[in-house]
Amino acid sequence: MSREAQPVGAGDRPRAYDPAAPLTATGNLRRRQIFSKLTEFAATGAAFAAIAVLVIVVYTVIARGAGAISWDFITKSAPEGVAPALVGSAIIVGIGTLIAAPIGVLIALYLTQYAGGRAAGFVSMTMDVMNGLPAIIVGVFVFTFLVDTNGTVGLGQAGWIGGVALSIIMVPLIARGTQGVLRLIPKSQSEAADALGVARWRTVLSVILPSALGGILTVTILSIARAAGETAPLLLISSNASVDQVSINPFEAMANGPVRIYQLSEEANPAGFSEAWGLSLLFISFILFASLGARAMVARSKRKISS
Amino acid sequence: MSSAATTQAGRTSPRGRDWRKRGDRIGDMTLYAVCAGAALLGAVVLILLAYEVTQSAMPAIDKFGLGFLTSTDWKPTEQFSVFGAGSLVYGTLVSSFFALLIGGPIAIAIGLYLSLLAPKAVRGIVSPLVELLAAVPSVILGFWGLLILAPFVKSTIEPFLHSTLGFIPLFGKPETTGSSVFTASLILTIMIIPIISAVSRDLFISVPRDMQDGASALGATRWEVVRGVVLPTTSSGVIAACLLGLGRALGEAIAVAQVIGAGSEIHVDLFKTGDTLAARIANQFPGALTELHLASLYYCAVILLVIGVASNLVASWIGRRFSFAGGQVR
Repeated sequence: MSREAQPVGAGDRPRAYDPAAPLTATGNLRRRQIFSKLTEFAATGAAFAAIAVLVIVVYTVIARGAGAISWDFITKSAPEGVAPALVGSAIIVGIGTLIAAPIGVLIALYLTQYAGGRAAGFVSMTMDVMNGLPAIIVGVFVFTFLVDTNGTVGLGQAGWIGGVALSIIMVPLIARGTQGVLRLIPKSQSEAADALGVARWRTVLSVILPSALGGILTVTILSIARAAGETAPLLLISSNASVDQVSINPFEAMANGPVRIYQLSEEANPAGFSEAWGLSLLFISFILFASLGARAMVARSKRKISS
Repeated sequence: MSSAATTQAGRTSPRGRDWRKRGDRIGDMTLYAVCAGAALLGAVVLILLAYEVTQSAMPAIDKFGLGFLTSTDWKPTEQFSVFGAGSLVYGTLVSSFFALLIGGPIAIAIGLYLSLLAPKAVRGIVSPLVELLAAVPSVILGFWGLLILAPFVKSTIEPFLHSTLGFIPLFGKPETTGSSVFTASLILTIMIIPIISAVSRDLFISVPRDMQDGASALGATRWEVVRGVVLPTTSSGVIAACLLGLGRALGEAIAVAQVIGAGSEIHVDLFKTGDTLAARIANQFPGALTELHLASLYYCAVILLVIGVASNLVASWIGRRFSFAGGQVR
């Protein structure tokens, strides 16, 4: 569009000089300022749209799920309740955490205490790749390696194998997060220990890890929140389970929340939908509270360090 | 009293010191070995994973070769037993591409808002809320998408787009169910926004204040500062952030499987059903009919693995090259 073709606004007309008039932009500057304001509105709108989506999703889950939840729903087995899925999820995620937390912390220690530039680069790269692995691929791998009865080990479906799969997802999260926490610890602390002639392993165990403990806990909680909702691996590894009774034996397939929600959502059955909403509400509230709590802990410890 | 005396003696006697030194050396070596072992474990798992998945895909790779990528025949029943992932590759790329097309600009705008516009108090609330969006499990988001979003898309968004932009073949007539590639793209959009916005927010915060002030002093408006200073200095990082989001979208299985409708043909029309590599694996892997069927699903996993690892490696390479933490979860 050429300049002449544009509609001429009031601001474009030459005006007589009036020293008392307020300073307002005219012409091109005015257009630039309006455009700038519009982009600011758009950016603000985008942020609040994202929050609106979160609110809508959470609200729907609460509105549809609250009706299903009762004491029986939490403590009884099917058809009244979902206790087997809750217990199964807790055990599978627990096993995953028990495997992933030590390994993740050790990797972070390696990265911050021992690794030289190239080794650190290589290990960080493997962590990035692991972090970016699609969950379904992790499931396919663990299925092939441990579950498939025609495969390498061939153990059949089992809850603990689900834990192994979740640990593959959790390790990079814990390693990355712990690395960040360990970086925050003042260098002077370990230098003081070095100056006293304390061996490195004693420094790590008695100085570095204790002061990082809170942060490691936070990171672990965040990764638990992530793992608790992970469906794809468990769909292949721990899905053929009974929901009629609570099982605490991790050597057989265990019912679990995410897979149950998935299975119910694939059946077009209204009663099943209501059970799935209820389960979703339980899981989403656990996950949101865990994430928010962990974040609050981070904020508090940051304030402590800065003050 | 006497025990205290002996430990005192033990600490100072040359023999006691030797013992402690030896103990420390063993302790140091053990800790180093354990840490290095854990660090190597990641690489071992990755290699094992690539090997196992490729090995299991071998029958299909031998039979179909690279033609698997373009052929659209997927007939798992025994009498046909032909497999081709063309429509799945297409569905994966299209759904992720549209998710990135919608979600990328929104996420970058959110990053700009959080880093440059929002007052500190507002930022402290909005920022964690946007990140919470990433914490919603994919299965719940998919369930919500199936029961709430899909009917809404079918009744409102699709007719609107069809009537206004219907001359573009992408926006055809609304189908009978809301399950479509379009709905899947919307769900993927929701999933990648928090990832891209968190990384780009940190990038924008790192842009030196002086440069922005300099531009303002020359008369640039806020948008011009963003356009002329903030975005150019961070463009490589923003691209890396988008690649991270893309990697996530490409590999999402569950939520997509719930809303995409598991169609087997290639349609230009976004409002028809489709399927992606990851969703097809999630749908058919547990009940695969034949060995070849299973091997073909493994082949899909190999393709997904290659695409996913490549996008992450490129993102992480850009991140390292331009020194920001690629792939880091906050």
